[in-house]
Amino acid sequence: MTVEKIMSDSESYDDFPARLRVLAVDDNPICLKLLETLLRKCQYHVTTTSQARMALKMLRENKDRFDLVISDVHMPDMDGFKLLELVGLEMDLPVIMLSANGDPKLVMKGITHGACDYLVKPVRIEELRNIWQHVIRKKRTEPKNQNGSADQGNDNQSSGEGNGSQADRNGKCNRKRKDEEDFSEDNENENEDPAASKKPRVVWSIQLHRKFVVAVNQLGIEKAVPKRILDLMNVEGLTRENVASHLQKYRLYLKRISSVASQQANMVAALGVKDSHFMRTAPFEGLGDFRTLSGQGRFASAALSHYTTGGMFGRLNTPNVNLRNLSPSTLIQPDHGQNITNSISSLGKVHPALASTNQSQSLFQGIPSSLELDQLQQSKCGTGMTSFNAIDNSRLRSRFSDPGAAINSSSNIFNSSTNMMLHGSYQQTMSGGGFGNQSSQNMASLNLDTFNVGVNSSSSLLDSGTIQSSTTQPASLLSTEPFHSQPPMRTTGNSGFSNDPYLQKNPIDISSSTMSLPLEDSREMQYQQGLVGDVQNISHIPSQRWGEQGQSYGHGSTATFGSLNAHVPVSGVVSPLSHSLDQDSGIVNEKMGVFMNGRFAGGASTLMLQNGNEKLASESRAMANDSFLLEQQKIQTVFAPRSYDPLDAMMNAMIKREQDETIANYDFGFDDYSFESGM
Amino acid sequence: MQRQLANMKQSLFDQGYLDEQFIQLEELQDDANPNFVEEVVTLYYRDSARLIQSIEQALEKSPLDFSKLECLMHQFKGSSSSIGAKRVKSECTQFKEYCRVGNSDGCKRTFQQLKKEYATLKKKVEVYFQFARQIGPVEKACRSK
Repeated sequence: MTVEKIMSDSESYDDFPARLRVLAVDDNPICLKLLETLLRKCQYHVTTTSQARMALKMLRENKDRFDLVISDVHMPDMDGFKLLELVGLEMDLPVIMLSANGDPKLVMKGITHGACDYLVKPVRIEELRNIWQHVIRKKRTEPKNQNGSADQGNDNQSSGEGNGSQADRNGKCNRKRKDEEDFSEDNENENEDPAASKKPRVVWSIQLHRKFVVAVNQLGIEKAVPKRILDLMNVEGLTRENVASHLQKYRLYLKRISSVASQQANMVAALGVKDSHFMRTAPFEGLGDFRTLSGQGRFASAALSHYTTGGMFGRLNTPNVNLRNLSPSTLIQPDHGQNITNSISSLGKVHPALASTNQSQSLFQGIPSSLELDQLQQSKCGTGMTSFNAIDNSRLRSRFSDPGAAINSSSNIFNSSTNMMLHGSYQQTMSGGGFGNQSSQNMASLNLDTFNVGVNSSSSLLDSGTIQSSTTQPASLLSTEPFHSQPPMRTTGNSGFSNDPYLQKNPIDISSSTMSLPLEDSREMQYQQGLVGDVQNISHIPSQRWGEQGQSYGHGSTATFGSLNAHVPVSGVVSPLSHSLDQDSGIVNEKMGVFMNGRFAGGASTLMLQNGNEKLASESRAMANDSFLLEQQKIQTVFAPRSYDPLDAMMNAMIKREQDETIANYDFGFDDYSFESGM
Repeated sequence: MQRQLANMKQSLFDQGYLDEQFIQLEELQDDANPNFVEEVVTLYYRDSARLIQSIEQALEKSPLDFSKLECLMHQFKGSSSSIGAKRVKSECTQFKEYCRVGNSDGCKRTFQQLKKEYATLKKKVEVYFQFARQIGPVEKACRSK
C-alpha cells in the first residue's frame, strides 16, 4: 500500500507541478528567456511578458488563468514591488520576486510587500522546481477551515513534502476551489468585483475587512496579532495566514494614510467648515462626480488635494482631500449645533474627501465594485459624489457582505446608540474585510470618526435627526469618496463620532451616493444633521434609514449616505447643515453631499452627532480615537470632513482606517484607479 | 575532438570567463531546445551591444547620471549572470559600486575594462561554439554531462 501510494504520489508529483500556470515578468530578454526555459523544464505552463502593465492586464482579464506570478524587481514601466502589491491585492496570487540584487534590504522589502519568495538571479532550476509549494500553501490557507478534516489529511501529506502528497495536493486544489466557493460567502466578491469573484483565494470583502478592522481596533494596532484577530473575527474559512498577510497590508496602508491624514487634517482645519465648495470635485479626480461637491469642494479641494498627495489614494486622495478639508469637521465638532455645522461643513468638505475616499475605497474594493457603487450612488445621490458613492456603494455592498447591514447597522447604531452605530457600522465596515470593502469600512470608520466627532458634540446634530434626512446626501457624497476620506475624518473628530462607525459606512455611502443625498432623500432621515458628510450621520439617522435605505448604497453605505447626506451637509456645508439639519434632508444632503463626498465622514459625524447619538459619538470617538482609524481615514478619505468633529473624526478615523486599509491595499493594486497607492 | 572541446570549455571555466551558470544553460538544452545555449548567447550579444552603447552615451554626459548608469549596468549584470559570464559580471558589480559612491573616473575606467572582458569573452565563446558545431550533436551530449 505504501508503495502504491508512493508510486501514485510520484505520478501525481510529476503531474501536479506540471499543471502550474506561471506568469513570468522580466524586462531583460535574456533573463526572461532563461526563466521561461527553466520553467518549461519543470513542466510548468509558462506565459511571459516583459511589461508589467501587460502582465497586470493579463491577470485582470482572467483571474483564474494563472496560479503564480514571478516578477523581476527592476523594471522600467513599473516597480516590481508595486506589481507585487497589486497582484496580491487584486488577485491574491502568490508572487515570487526575482532580482540580480540579493541585498537583504530588498529581500525584506519583498517580504513586507507580500512576496511569497525572493529569488536571486541567476535562478537555478532546483529553486524553480519548488515554487509550486507557494501555490499550494496559499490555496490551503484559504479554504482551510472549510476543508476541515479533509485538509488535515492532506496537510499531513502535503506538508510532507512535495512529492508525497501530490495526489493530496491535487485533491486539495480541487477542494480548494470548492472551499473557495464556500468561503466566498464571506467575501462579497461575487457581485461586486469581478476580480473578487470566486477564486480559490481569500477575498477581503468589505464586510470581512470591516470585521478585521474592528478586531484590530479592539486589540489595538500595536497588539493586533493575526491569531487574536482571527479569533475575534470569528470567520469561518479564514486562516491565520490570511489574516497575517492582510494585517501586513493593512499596516502599510495605515502608514500611508497617516501621512496623508495629517496633511488633510491640517487642511481641513484650515479650510474651515464652510466649504461647501469643498466638494470641489477637483480633488476627486477619481470622483468626477464630485463636481457637485465642487461647490463645496473648494475647501475640500484644498484639503483634498493635499490629501491626494497622500498618494495613497491616488484618486481618492483628491477627493479625500476635499474631505480633509472637511476637516473642518473638527470645526464641526463644536458641539452639537455648531459641531454639526462644522461637521457638516466639514462634511461637505469631506464629501469631496469622502468621495475620494470612497473612491479609494472603491479602489480597494477592487474597483469594479466601486464603479458599481458609483453608479449606485449616482443614481442615488445625484450629486456628483454619486459616482463616487456608487462605487462605494456598490463596493460597499459587495464588499460588505452585508452592505445593507453595514449601513443599516450603522443606522441602527445610530438609532440605538449613536455610538454603537459608529462602532457598529464602523466595525462592520471595518470588518468589511477585504480592502475592497475597505471603502465601506472606511466609511464606517470614518463614520465613526466623524460620528464621534459629530456625535460627541454633535450629538445635537444628530438630534436634529432631521439633519439626517436633509443631509442624507452628504453622506452619499461621502459614500464613495468619503469613505476613504472618511478615515481622515476620524482624526478630526473622534469626538463625537461615535457615529463613525456609522459614518464610515456612510462615507462610503456618501461617496457613492455622491452625497448628493439623493440616496438619502428617501431617507429623510433626519439627516438633517447635515452631518451627512458623515455617512455616519446617516447612520444616525437613527439607523433608520440605513437599514431601510439600504438603498442605493447597496451596501448600506448608501444608507449611511442617505443619512449622511443629510448630515453631510455638515461637512461641507456645515453651515447649512446646521440648519439643513432640520430642514429637509434634501438640503442637507446637498450640502452634505458636498461634504459627503469628502466629508462624508465628517458629515456623517456631524450627523451622528446630531442624532444625539452621543453614545455613538463617544463610541465613534473611541473609534475615532483610534488614531489609527483616523489616520486612515484621513489618509484615505480625505475626510476632509474632519471638521465634523467627533463624528467626523470618528468617521474619518474609521473610514480612514478602513480606507487606509483598503487604500493601502488598493493603492497597490489600483494602479488603474489612479490610486496611487503611494507606491 | 571531443576532448579538445572539453578542454576548451574547461579552460574557459578555469580562466573565469564562464561559470556554472553556463553549465545550467547547457543542461537546459535538449531535443526540444537543441540550440538553446547558442540562442541565449546570441540574444545576450544583441542585448549587451545595446546596453553598452547606452552606457557609453551616458558616460559622455557631464555630470554623470549615476542612478541611470547604475540602472543600465544592473540590467547588464543581470543578463551577464544569466549566461554565466563571470568576468563581465564582476566588472558590472565594480561599475555599480563606483556609481553608488559617485566616482566618475572609477566608472569610466571600469567600463573600459568591462568592454575588454566582454570582447574577449565573445571571441572565446564564438570559437567554442564553432568547434562544438563541428564536432556535432553527439559530442555535445557527451560534453554536457
